[in-house]
Amino acid sequence: MSMDKPMNIFDIAGRAMSAQLVRLNATASNLANAGSVSGNENQAYRAIRPVFSTIVEKPGVATVKVDKVVTSDTPATRRHDPGHPLADANGDVWEAGVDSSAELVEMVESARMYQNNVQVIQTAKSLLLETIRLGK
Amino acid sequence: MSLEDSLFGVHGKALALRSQRLELIASNIANASTPGYKARDIDFDKALAAATSQQGSVAGALETAMGYRTPLQPSSDGNTVEMSTEQTLFAENAVKYRTTLSFLEGRLNTITRALRGE
Repeated sequence: MSMDKPMNIFDIAGRAMSAQLVRLNATASNLANAGSVSGNENQAYRAIRPVFSTIVEKPGVATVKVDKVVTSDTPATRRHDPGHPLADANGDVWEAGVDSSAELVEMVESARMYQNNVQVIQTAKSLLLETIRLGK
Repeated sequence: MSLEDSLFGVHGKALALRSQRLELIASNIANASTPGYKARDIDFDKALAAATSQQGSVAGALETAMGYRTPLQPSSDGNTVEMSTEQTLFAENAVKYRTTLSFLEGRLNTITRALRGE
């Protein structure tokens, strides 16, 4: 990661917020697709999950980025439903591989992490403004 | 001893260290959900002693006083950030930054009044 100027507290928390937002978006996609049905196993939706990695500037000064987005190995669920328009020759359909409760936990956690970083920025901002006022 | 050291005493270096420590803790908070991330921090007293010693610099002091946080309860993904610890230390450090600011404010007032001959 090359940067023109040294990373400050706003970069650190701001990038962390972006990463958490990607995570929140992924969770929203997963929840939106939960229960969606497909005619074969390969086409069934699988939950996606971002993988975070640290961007280190110098010891102790580090932020985070989304390294990649991987597809989870939660298997699609086979359901026998011969009346379904997408049912295959055996009368089966495949339901998206999404664990809704795991997604809800993920959602709450990433929202919490996002808030923590907002808090960091608020504190840093007020300290910076107070420092600027010093001696006035 | 530089001019700013004689004017502001320990508080100039202390403010710089406080702001660097805020960055360190913000880094820990930013990486709270990164697998394998090891939370770091400085021993503030040690850092301040190093920074205010002869030829001591803020950067050098940070290096000397830096260490890894020992988690109270290790997590399975190897991440050692514990949000309660980080939040508490961040808040404490912010208050201490403000305290140092008010010490500096006081010094500045004194100097300004001396210059005006009040």
